[in-house]
Amino acid sequence: MTAFSSHFLFEFKTGLRNSSAMLVNYLLPLGFYAAMGFVMVAINPGFKDLLLPSMIVFAIMSSTILGLPNPLVEYREAGIFRSYKINGVPALSILSIPAISTIIHALIVSGIIMLTATPFFDAVAPQNWPALVGVTLLTAFTFGTLGMLIGVISSSARSVVLWSQLIYLPSILLGGLMIPTAMMPESVQKLSGLIPSTYAMQAFFGLAFEQETAFNPWLSVATLLVSGILALVLSMYLFNWDSNNQTRKTSPLLALLILVPFIIATLIDFVL
Amino acid sequence: MDNEIISIKEFTKSYDDFVAVNKINFSVKEGEIFGLLGPNGAGKTTTLECLEGLRLPDSGELHILGVDPHRDPRKLRNIIGVQLQTSGLPDTMTVREAMNFFSAYHASPPNYEILTRMGLDEKRDTQYHQLSTGQKRRLSLALAIAHDPPVIILDEPTAGLDVASRSELHGIMQELRAGGTTIILATHDMAEAEKMTDRVAILLRGQIVDSGSPRELTSKGGGLTKISVRTAASLLHEHLGEFPAVTQQLIKEEYTIYYSTDPGATVSALLEFIKVQGDNLIDLRVERPTLEERFLEITTAGGIQ
Repeated sequence: MTAFSSHFLFEFKTGLRNSSAMLVNYLLPLGFYAAMGFVMVAINPGFKDLLLPSMIVFAIMSSTILGLPNPLVEYREAGIFRSYKINGVPALSILSIPAISTIIHALIVSGIIMLTATPFFDAVAPQNWPALVGVTLLTAFTFGTLGMLIGVISSSARSVVLWSQLIYLPSILLGGLMIPTAMMPESVQKLSGLIPSTYAMQAFFGLAFEQETAFNPWLSVATLLVSGILALVLSMYLFNWDSNNQTRKTSPLLALLILVPFIIATLIDFVL
Repeated sequence: MDNEIISIKEFTKSYDDFVAVNKINFSVKEGEIFGLLGPNGAGKTTTLECLEGLRLPDSGELHILGVDPHRDPRKLRNIIGVQLQTSGLPDTMTVREAMNFFSAYHASPPNYEILTRMGLDEKRDTQYHQLSTGQKRRLSLALAIAHDPPVIILDEPTAGLDVASRSELHGIMQELRAGGTTIILATHDMAEAEKMTDRVAILLRGQIVDSGSPRELTSKGGGLTKISVRTAASLLHEHLGEFPAVTQQLIKEEYTIYYSTDPGATVSALLEFIKVQGDNLIDLRVERPTLEERFLEITTAGGIQ
């Protein structure tokens, strides 16, 4: 068995056997999806347009933003990364393998949502299925690397909650998951340009559902891709094996550079 | 030096203004168990962490089998096995997964035989958090030696273990030494150091204040040898203070106990006395100063309590 497959298998199984991971990977997103499908669609039939993309983004955020960072912090604080380093586990594997396994859990749930939303809840089906899959993969990559970055810069479980909620709650409220961005006041639309889920939703609507969008969908795709790559690079650069051994003394505030693609995208959209 | 496996020369490491290790030198030979002793904050862990490649030394040279831990970390991984003081494993990882995981990163086949030897065969599918402290320690040691490294670094390997588990681990360490493995052992347990090590270095405030075999170290100090004698007629009870080199004596139950600066002279005189008086020797015990006493002597002289 190769190092990658052995490491990946362990991380993937942990996503199922650990109750906290199981909750954020499966129970929370599928439970919320079922609730929204049964209740929200009945209350507001217009939500059928949103159900499929918004629940995919919710499932991905639940796994990656709520689930991925905490084990990274716990492992570092418990000295597990030190043990990994001594045994030759590279930093890239330490960060990327949990992210990949988390993304796969998120994709499994996304797949369930894709296959059931229309037959079960009469959700609007996409015009372009390959685009739906493509945007789902890109969104999972971007949020996976963002979750990784939160885990790298957080010094404790408490700060994980702080950073995660800083992305998670605005994403749900302002990112177009509950209310389409186009229906929001213009000032809120501008503010939502700083939130990654906005770009995911805009890409879904523009490319998979072939609808008019508040942001250019290809600009959204580019923003997601660039921010995902930037989060990966920042995570690698800021990664620390051991909280007691600050060999790299760069401030975690450098992680705020992750806002740059979103600011640029907002400015470009404003100019266009 | 022939068969020099670990070599440390003028090694210094500071944390901001605090000098944790200050220009220390020592070497470890092939097949040796070398003890690193010292009170908390003496620099033991810093030294081990620099050897393991976890920290970067400020100056000096560290080599394990000629490999610089910081310059060639990849090569280092396969020549050392490390048992960290803290767990170092995720709670949900099973014993089997741990073996597969670390073996894969060492590019060696999983060594399940080691698990059997460590008494963990039936625990292969048990998650780490479900293991007892002793089982965790044994697993940690099993993982450290699974890829058959020529050098093993053990940091407080028996801390928190019961007597049976401790004895088991000592047995394994002795087997490894017999097989030619070089072991560097950091411990607070002086009895363990005295029993297991071939040589020790005592670190105090980042410097080596004494080194040598446990026997050499104990013989250097001002410690007194304890001589306990029991005779049939207990005539020694009435002749306290009549023997050479005795600085202190007392009677405890059937025994007369002498503390001597020259045990050879004292024992000869005692035996002569018993013979002349027509008494019969029942029991004679000579106990040299322990490493713990020598350690306390050094650390107390250095102002460490």
